[in-house]
Amino acid sequence: MGSKRGRRDFLKNGATLAGGLTLGAAVPALGQEPAAHDTHAAPPMLKGDKDTIAYGVRSKYVTAVRIPHGARPSPDQFGLTFHIATPLQDSVGVITPSSLHYVATTRGAFLPDIDPKEHSLLVHGLVDRPLTFTVDDLKRLPSVTRLHFMECAGNRSSRRAKNVQESHGMTSCAEWTGVLLSTLLKECGMKGTAKWFVAEGAEEVKGASSMPIAKGMDDCFVAYGMNGEAVRPQNGFPLRLMVPGFEGIFHTKYLRRIKVVDRYYINYNEFGHLDQESKEAALDYQIGPKSVITYPSGAQQLPGKGFYEISGLAWSGGGAVKLVEVSTDGGKKWNKAQFKGTPQRMAHTRFGYQWNWDGNETEILSRCTDEIGQVQPSREQLAKYWNKPYDATFTVTGLDNSIQPWRIGRDGSVTNGFA
Amino acid sequence: MASRNVLLVSFAFVLLVGVSVLAQGATYGVGRTPTAEEIRAMDISISPTGEELPPGQGTAKEGGELYRTKCAACHGAAGVGSIAPLLKSKNPSNPDVWAKERILPLRAPHATIVWDFINRAMPLGREGTLTANEVYSLTAYLLFLNALVPEDQVLDAQSLPKVQMPIGNNYGSLPEWKPGTPRLKGYPY
Repeated sequence: MGSKRGRRDFLKNGATLAGGLTLGAAVPALGQEPAAHDTHAAPPMLKGDKDTIAYGVRSKYVTAVRIPHGARPSPDQFGLTFHIATPLQDSVGVITPSSLHYVATTRGAFLPDIDPKEHSLLVHGLVDRPLTFTVDDLKRLPSVTRLHFMECAGNRSSRRAKNVQESHGMTSCAEWTGVLLSTLLKECGMKGTAKWFVAEGAEEVKGASSMPIAKGMDDCFVAYGMNGEAVRPQNGFPLRLMVPGFEGIFHTKYLRRIKVVDRYYINYNEFGHLDQESKEAALDYQIGPKSVITYPSGAQQLPGKGFYEISGLAWSGGGAVKLVEVSTDGGKKWNKAQFKGTPQRMAHTRFGYQWNWDGNETEILSRCTDEIGQVQPSREQLAKYWNKPYDATFTVTGLDNSIQPWRIGRDGSVTNGFA
Repeated sequence: MASRNVLLVSFAFVLLVGVSVLAQGATYGVGRTPTAEEIRAMDISISPTGEELPPGQGTAKEGGELYRTKCAACHGAAGVGSIAPLLKSKNPSNPDVWAKERILPLRAPHATIVWDFINRAMPLGREGTLTANEVYSLTAYLLFLNALVPEDQVLDAQSLPKVQMPIGNNYGSLPEWKPGTPRLKGYPY
């Protein structure tokens, strides 16, 4: 009897207590009576349909998209795809979703619609045994899975760039799976006279690039997988040559042929990148250490002073990122940033830096140092190195890996520090 | 009985040969040996000295006719440019080729590169349809437009690689690449 009443009292008191807590928590915060359904409000439903059950789609509230890079529209008047930039301002982590990975083509190309059963890779030239590999053959061989960034030579910031997509969007990072080129070259019995190799695609323009055989034997691989599924057509389906840390153009899409040769074959791609001086040529080859803050970045708006975790990406063609420093006072003081995860070789590395903004105008910057000691320079340092005036006419020689400043206004606006 | 022994011996021989080939490096035995004809059909790379160039020939005079029907719609009359890239400098009197526009038949270090690109990538949408003679003729015409060969010079596998291009070997060479080296030695950054 007593125990029964006790339970009823407990339930009654408990309910009162819970209600009181709910009111106590909600009233001061919202300043009004909560609507009756607030505590178990159900959002509208996404109806399952056959297509989205088969292959998922993102929320309609997530709107990050790629944009044509520079002045060239894509598709252009011929229907060709040129350069398309990744929305780095919306990126989190280090993997660029395949559907947002940057795209570039040299002459501009139609995307080939390749049946992988009809596609194969020929390895020939200075080898004892030329061989043809089908895509299924390649999947039988020992594989590697590696995180790698790619970056287009045209990925340079400018005074016109309003946001990080316009200034840095021609780089992305994905997890790639495939067979080491060294595995294929050993299978074919590479001759001692081999010095270079030509990689060629199957698209209508048969895009080709030449690379030193030392790179081919070190870490190049023929990728069939990207971010856990097949490489996407815009990124080279069914096979793409990965050339970690080299400029994007070397990563030959729709790979159909590798020819091992004894000297430097200049293809259309190399002609387009030819420089007058060897120093310039070297800076248009292996990518230097680089980083950029993606939050807060150009065109974003800070709601007010207080705490923010500054977030950004760092990478280098020379290996893994060793150190990232962040400055929140226009470069006077540099502070060590924190890595989110372990830096991988030739891969985007996410960094963070905890910052309390005092509400005053300032500039935020990041600087990358890689494992072989290369340091990301400021534009001013580069002007000094090349003995050029540091003014509006200054352009960076080779691939531009200079430090990007973002200006924070008193109103919380974020703008390009070069502009 | 004798024929059976011969068979056994040859079987053993095949086995031995097979093993020795494997020992030279074909670790996995995956992949198919292409025929020489398959390789010839696929191999469209042309070296700076033109070893892979096919038989055939052409002059700028012949190329000019072809250009008007196959190229002018996009590249403009006489290479002056239209919706497709320029093929002739708008600034022909400037002696500094590096200061001029990036025009393939002018700035390519070797004439073979012009041949290679026309052969593999032109005309847009009908790539691979030109005959070797047509490619020689069009190459000759574009080189003629840039005052690099006379209009009647016959270009073929022997003469094309010998055409003196303005840049030749005077371009910035790439550094010898090794794993773990900086992008440019002595570069402070």
